[in-house]
Amino acid sequence: MIYLELFGVFLKIGLFGFGGGYAMVPLLEGEIASHGWLPVREFADIVAISQMTPGPIMVNAATYIGYRVAGVLGSAVATFGVSLPSFILVVLVAHSIRMFKESLAVQGTLSGIRPGTIGLIAGAVVFFARMSMLHQPELPIFRGSIGLDWVGLPGITVVLPAVGIFLAILIGSRTFGLKPIPAVILSAVLGIVFL
Amino acid sequence: MGTSMRSTFEERRSVGDLLTMFLSFFKIGAFTIGGGYAMLPLMEQEFVQNRKWVDPVEIVDVFAVAQSLPGVIAINASIYIGYKVDRIRGALVAALGVILPSFLVILCIAAVLLRFQENLWVQKAFAGVRAGVTALILLAGIKLGKAILKNYLAWGIGIGAFFLLVIVRIQAVVVILASALVGLGTYIWQQRRKQLREKDNP
Repeated sequence: MIYLELFGVFLKIGLFGFGGGYAMVPLLEGEIASHGWLPVREFADIVAISQMTPGPIMVNAATYIGYRVAGVLGSAVATFGVSLPSFILVVLVAHSIRMFKESLAVQGTLSGIRPGTIGLIAGAVVFFARMSMLHQPELPIFRGSIGLDWVGLPGITVVLPAVGIFLAILIGSRTFGLKPIPAVILSAVLGIVFL
Repeated sequence: MGTSMRSTFEERRSVGDLLTMFLSFFKIGAFTIGGGYAMLPLMEQEFVQNRKWVDPVEIVDVFAVAQSLPGVIAINASIYIGYKVDRIRGALVAALGVILPSFLVILCIAAVLLRFQENLWVQKAFAGVRAGVTALILLAGIKLGKAILKNYLAWGIGIGAFFLLVIVRIQAVVVILASALVGLGTYIWQQRRKQLREKDNP
């Protein structure tokens, strides 16, 4: 049953998603690919939209994917699933906050999970780079796409203008203090003009 | 134990208080853009400074726990604050309030998006946005990495996690469990060594 499937997957995300929205991207990417719910590129789009809409990235993703797969009830089920572990765990910890803070097991576990989430965020960067700078089969071929068969990578096509947009936003944010919302708007405009 | 535990929680709130809390969380949920982290300072302002429902010392615990537990950080923090204010009822009201705005906004966007998905200009705009967001995530990762990767072990776990996830293509859940185990193992080993050293040179 699709509702149960959605609930189960998002429960898992809620239970294992440490370190914020970006670190949760690889978890959900794998689930979407294996369930074949929608092209993973569409999931990347919804994370991108989340830069400009209110709320946590994973709630946005749960709502969108739930809706896309099983309508409004699906989106409610997915969002409920991703929040349920939080509910149980936070209430348990609130009752034993001192034990939690002083627990060596908790400190030790977190000392491993925290750097692990940096690896996951790096994984999210690779996922987004793939979704934007490499040609996606379900999309039309954009201007400036170059096949890489001549360097021994058959079947891989790089979208050069997308690489340019990536660099422009990287430098704009890093050097000129471009804020996320203007950065997203600028990337959309650059995409329309150059792709 | 029972009484000391209860004393850190407020008495039962009126329905009016719960409604106020719902609206506060709804407002925070509706007006913070670009992810959950941005909500934490607003929650501090609303519930510690304005309403004084959570005291300044406790809020530090709230945010620490919210970021240590799995799940959506902003939801964790909301549930904790709601629970402090009025136990399970408060936690439910808080979670609902903070989730509802993004839920409703995304439902509207999804309905529109699905209609225009085949449009070439929309596809070009999104392709551009995905490239731009790649840069934003990279920068966020670098910033967080500077704060967290402070010794060889942390670097090792971070690089190992990336390698397992992207190159070996192991499930993300397994990568998280592996990082947790390595962290726990080395932590216990370090503690044990420290104890032995203290025993040798008192």
